[in-house]
Order: sequence, then structure tokens, then C-alpha cells
Amino acid sequence: MDSTVASTGTEEQKWGGGTQPLNVSYGKMMMWFFILSDALTFTGFLAAYGFSRFKFIEEWPLADEVFNHFPFLHGTDAPMFYVALMTFILIGSSVTMVLAVDAGHQMKQKKVAFYMLLTVIGGMIFVGSQAWEWKNFIAGEYGAVTTKGGKVLQFLEVDTGKRVALQDFVEVGTREVAPYGNSQGIWFQSSGQYDATYTFEEVKKGFEANPNITIRTQQLIVNEETGASEKLVLSRADALVKLNKDGVGVVEGANLTQNEYGAPLFADFFFFITGFHGFHVFSGVIFNLLVFFNVLLGTYERRGSYEMVEKVGLYWHFVDLVWVFVFTFFYLV
Amino acid sequence: MAEHAAHTDGHAEHKLEIFRGLVKFKTNTQKIWGVLIFLSLVTIVEVALGYIKPDLLNATFLKLKYLNWIFIILTLVKAYYITWDFMHMRDETSGLRRAVVWTAVFLIIYLIAILLVEGEYIYEVYRDAAVSTDF
Repeated sequence: MDSTVASTGTEEQKWGGGTQPLNVSYGKMMMWFFILSDALTFTGFLAAYGFSRFKFIEEWPLADEVFNHFPFLHGTDAPMFYVALMTFILIGSSVTMVLAVDAGHQMKQKKVAFYMLLTVIGGMIFVGSQAWEWKNFIAGEYGAVTTKGGKVLQFLEVDTGKRVALQDFVEVGTREVAPYGNSQGIWFQSSGQYDATYTFEEVKKGFEANPNITIRTQQLIVNEETGASEKLVLSRADALVKLNKDGVGVVEGANLTQNEYGAPLFADFFFFITGFHGFHVFSGVIFNLLVFFNVLLGTYERRGSYEMVEKVGLYWHFVDLVWVFVFTFFYLV
Repeated sequence: MAEHAAHTDGHAEHKLEIFRGLVKFKTNTQKIWGVLIFLSLVTIVEVALGYIKPDLLNATFLKLKYLNWIFIILTLVKAYYITWDFMHMRDETSGLRRAVVWTAVFLIIYLIAILLVEGEYIYEVYRDAAVSTDF
């Protein structure tokens, strides 16, 4: 080897510089690596969800009981249909996005603008749907009783096995609000539970007066015949004992510390993961809007390349990709 | 539509075959619609299975129900086609593909394995030990 020769003789070869081993622009490569790191963030969330679920494997809520609302079909049990619809909306907006990218390759300004607009609309519908989903989740439907151990007890009819809402058998007692007034801030302590319509004592009274109602615990048991997981239903006698021994409060809907569906962590993860995903969708809509206006202004036409559409497209598809996983792990599994 | 020669971003052509060459599309637009139909079908199957929950699939394999295995596998299938065809990973160089996909796959499997094993352990502590709800 001529180790002392100044010329390395590599100018024409791989390490001579000027080669592009990945054959992508800087922006696109960095978008890919951002997506990689963002994917790991979501992995962290979903894996933490899995951790908590395995930790409480015998008492996790059944998703198709929690998410069973559909717009304009009030009172109908429609498990997962709404999230399935949301999935189609997001996949659909992914398609319009990739069609915009394709039109960009062909330098068709009007077509790009049209598909970008459709993508933005799809994204907005999706974010709106998520808000509706949150609204239902927070409001709750049946209400439940909380126990000393931090669990919930839900109510159902003995003969049909159907869930019963608190409002169907509990009557609101008198509230002594007047002697105290809001300014003292203690009125709810003595005459009701501040975050619920009913007090525990009222629920107990209603329960004792209705012999056709029993209690379902958080405990999941395996049905011997079908092999499906079901919640443990107590007999009327056991339910009375359980309610008197363990019941402490009433919970309606969901917040960050307790919820009527079961394990508190379930609601925490729901808010955190779908919220973080919703924030991604929202920011994606903003990026898409900016690019849409730039397309209209002819920015990329002057630049001679629609690569920016491709880059926001990558982000947008990633949002869709994450939803596919959220859908599976929150609603299906 | 078929002429994609005028690419400005360095790609030569879109690869128009999916399912390992079983289906070959004539144009990129056609491929997009084809993939959409496929993804929709997979989602419909998922929702149908989630709605019906056939008793047959309640048996478990490696502590997980068959039904959940099916859901997870179908999800990975969907993720593959979104990444490969919507995000055009199919058209990128193998170097970029590996840098992104292998890194993610390795780290994700690693994290999930550790956390799920740990979660299972804490469940057993709750079940078998004298501690009830402590942490």
C-alpha cells in the first residue's frame, strides 16, 4: 500500500464523498427519524397501558361495554361501531393524503389542493369524533358505588342481567344547602357528595327497596361454557352484605381519580393516550392546513417540488398508524 | 397517469406490486385504492370478530386468547401496508428502511417484553402475597 501518497485514490469510490446512501432529502430523512422517536413515545404509553392491565388482569373493564354509543342511536348498544367509523374516517383521510402526494409528483397544483382540503376535513371530523367520545366517557351512563378498597360496584337487574342506572332506582334526598352557602365551601360535606347526584346512603336505600337489583363487581371470571371473560355477579343476599360492608361513595362518569367503569388507571390511560393521539391529529390538521394554503399560493409550484406535501403526508400517515394500534389495544383486545 | 419519470425527489419509480407480487397494479393511484380496500376489509373483519366474539376463539395460546392474537396480527398487517404503501417505505432504499423499521421493532419488542413480564409479576404479588392495594 502506498501509505504516503497524498491522493487517497478514493474520489470515484464509495467513501469519496458526494454519495447519498439513503437517497432521500434531509427533510424527509429527519421526518422519518422524528416519526421513529414519536413511535417509541407511543410505544411507551401503550406498553405502560399493557403493564397496568396485566397488573389488574382480573378486574380490567370490558371495552365493548364502555364504548357502546353511536350518534343519533341513543340507548342502543352499539359496541365499537363508532370507533370503527372513526378508523375508516382516518384511513380515508390517509388515502386522500397519499393521493395529494401522488398529484404533487405530477405537479398538478389544483389536484393537490383538492386532496389536501379533503384530508384536512377528514382530520377535523376525526378530532370532533374524539371529543364526542370523551364527552360520553366523562358523562358516564349508569353510575356506580365505590368501595373502601378503591374498587367499584355496578348494578344490574336480577332477572334480565341488564345494567341499571342509578337514576332508575335511587331517589335524591333533601339537600341542606341554604344554611351554609357556597362561600363557606362546606355545604356538600354534610348534605350530599359534592361530585355526585346521589349520596351513598340514598343508593343504599334505593337498593334495599328494589329486590330485583343486584351487584356486579370488578372481578373478571371465566365462563366455563364459552370461555369468555365476564364480570362476577353477586347473589342478592351477598350483594346486600357487600354494599353495607364495603360501599363508601358514589361515582358517576369518569375523571382522573375514579370512574364508574372500574380500575381508575383505565380512565387515566384513556385520557392520556387518546388525548396525546388527538393532539397529534390536531397538530397534523394545522400542518396540513398550512401546506394547503401554500399549495393555493403556488409556493411549491415556484419551488418546483411538492416534497413538503410528502413530508406532512408522512406525519399524517403516522397519526393513522398510531390510531390502528390504539384501536386494537383500547377497544378490541 | 402512468408516467412517474418526472420525479423530483430522487425516486425512480413506485413499486406497484403488493402481496409479494401476487397483485400488481398499473398505476400508483390504483395501488392506493387497492390498499384502501384491503385495509378496510381487515378493519371490517376485526370489528366483526370483536362484535361476535366467537366462543371458538376463547381458547388461549401463550396466555393470550386466539381472538387477541388475531387482533394483534391483523393490526401488524395493517401497520405494514400503511407504512409500506401510504408512507412509500416500499420505494425507499434498504438502508433507510432498516434504520427506521429495525430500530423501532427491536426497541418496541424489548420494552413490551420487560413491562408485560413486570406487570404479570405484580399481579401475582397482589394475588398471592398479603398485600392488597398498596402501590
